[in-house]
Amino acid sequence: MSTASIESTTNSRSDERIREVSKIKKLLNRPDFGAMSGVILVFIFFAFVAGDSGMFAADGILNWSTVSAQLGVLAVGACLLMIAGEFDLSMGSMIGFAGMVIAIPALYWDWPVWSSILLAFTTAMAIGWFIGYIVVRTGLPSFIVSLAFLFILRGLTIALSILFTNKTIVSGVDRVAENDWLAPFFGGEFGTGFFTWLASIGAISTYNDGSPLVSGIPMIIVWCVVLAVVASWVLFKTSFGNWIFAAGGDAKAAKNVGVPTDRVKIILFMFTAFCATLYASCQVLEFGSAAADRGLLKEFEAIIAVVIGGALLTGGYGSVLGALFGALIFGVVQMGIFFTGISSDWFRVFLGVMLLAAVLFNNFVRKRITQAS
Amino acid sequence: MSEFIIELKNVSRYFGSVIALQDINMQVKLGEVHCLLGDNGAGKSTLIKTLAGVHKPSEGEFLYEGKPMTLTSPRQALDLGIATVYQDLALVSLMSVTRNFFMGRELTKGWGPFKYFDTQTANKIAVAGLAEMGIEVRDPEQAIGTMSGGERQCLAIARAIHFGAKVLILDEPTAALGVKQSANVLKVVAKAKARGLAVILITHNVHHAYPVADRFTLLNRGQSLGTFLKADVTREEVLEMMAGGQELADLESELAEFQRADSADNDGGNHALDAGQAATNSMQKAANG
Repeated sequence: MSTASIESTTNSRSDERIREVSKIKKLLNRPDFGAMSGVILVFIFFAFVAGDSGMFAADGILNWSTVSAQLGVLAVGACLLMIAGEFDLSMGSMIGFAGMVIAIPALYWDWPVWSSILLAFTTAMAIGWFIGYIVVRTGLPSFIVSLAFLFILRGLTIALSILFTNKTIVSGVDRVAENDWLAPFFGGEFGTGFFTWLASIGAISTYNDGSPLVSGIPMIIVWCVVLAVVASWVLFKTSFGNWIFAAGGDAKAAKNVGVPTDRVKIILFMFTAFCATLYASCQVLEFGSAAADRGLLKEFEAIIAVVIGGALLTGGYGSVLGALFGALIFGVVQMGIFFTGISSDWFRVFLGVMLLAAVLFNNFVRKRITQAS
Repeated sequence: MSEFIIELKNVSRYFGSVIALQDINMQVKLGEVHCLLGDNGAGKSTLIKTLAGVHKPSEGEFLYEGKPMTLTSPRQALDLGIATVYQDLALVSLMSVTRNFFMGRELTKGWGPFKYFDTQTANKIAVAGLAEMGIEVRDPEQAIGTMSGGERQCLAIARAIHFGAKVLILDEPTAALGVKQSANVLKVVAKAKARGLAVILITHNVHHAYPVADRFTLLNRGQSLGTFLKADVTREEVLEMMAGGQELADLESELAEFQRADSADNDGGNHALDAGQAATNSMQKAANG
């Protein structure tokens, strides 16, 4: 103590108590550093093990990036909500529910497909609002409230689809969606002209009739990128983003300086519902069918991706890019295992180990950034 | 305009049958540090919450710039320029210095939906605001969690000043701090005073209060023992008037008695004597803060 006070009286301009921190240390303190190195490791691994299996040809890339993007859409929503300090376990059930809300009115009640898509988004976001409202008004853990909705929504989906259609798998949506103006935004493909051109110059492989093996980028990938860019911008560059961090970091402190934490949380519950519906819309319109059991366990996969991405389960810390990396690791490994010929049973083992490693690493990072070293 | 920015006239506050404050008179002047002293349970917290708009006075008058006023919310007090820095500081330790500094009042640029948080300008303002208070921050993007308790206290004060506080209420700012950090915080208090702010400093440590304060108001069991100018009282008199003063003196004489008895009784041996002396020393230390 005495030496410190003597030092302070020298009144030096540069504070002797702050060490020069190297660029590498700064990189280490980024929330997405763990996931970033994970992505690199995973790619190196599969480049060696499955480099010549077609995993990195055009159709192989599209294969794992579609799976990653599907999870990525959910992870972006779950990420913002987790940074704000809450969970939404109803996301998976919401996927099944929203899928049915699109399919049943379109097929059985002769609604135009665009109107049933809009109905799905409004209904889902209204439910998201309700979940958020219960959480902020009662102060109950969102874990429990959204767990209740996991069952409520799944049950509703099965019961209502039996009630209206007498089955739990409804197909034929692609038939009615053919000339719809809104459906291609979810079920269509992006850049088809570009891929035809690539095939014509022989840059990618083609079928025997000359049409390209990969005809375009599925809309889910486009949505995932757009959503991630917007969410990342909002999180790091806007007032609302600062409120998200504040609400998750210390809600009481945030409230004391006038941050509307309740409103922030409700909006983010609506956003996760939006993400789940986006996932459902792309799935239903691309494959033309909806099933009541769609999206099973997706809420946990999204949370895993977010945690691998470096967000803290307790809130207040994380990044959208990290969540996206988490989803990418997930997709690459899940699909890569098929290409390598390793039994896919090992995927879950890998997933669990990844999750544990990520949580341990995040814990270490949190200690680094919050403790005066 | 009145000479005083805040004036309390015969303010009382009751919670049911409990009298938390009774007939408090207090004047706060711009450019002065007004120290509120009192032991635990003396009514300090109730008084500052009344000043901050959390509690309404049950009786009596609250005058702001000479005009009678009824504060209905902390927000209203803040809009008038009465900022309170509570002990929990309202800082988020995982967030950066700048993000904390502007939390809830972000500096934005741009138009409509493209409005964004101007972090570069915000960084500069935060660093400048802290530098004015004598805190050097090299990296405004560093998390608050890495700062010491004293630095956090100073950050909370700098934030209140930056957002236009005229009256700064500090609740036990040195309570959990070491000697050096306490000195830093008191320096910041002196700087705030030099900028023409009125500072209301709540503490039960006379030794922290005396060097920076211009006026003292002493509270005991919900009642004011009066307001004194620094010129009129000595440190010892203030200490005496606080509830603890008399009791500490009693304790000291009791211990001295105990020690005398020990030394007279030579058979007691050195061991007991040492223990008595150690106790006296620690008591004196406690009294000296």
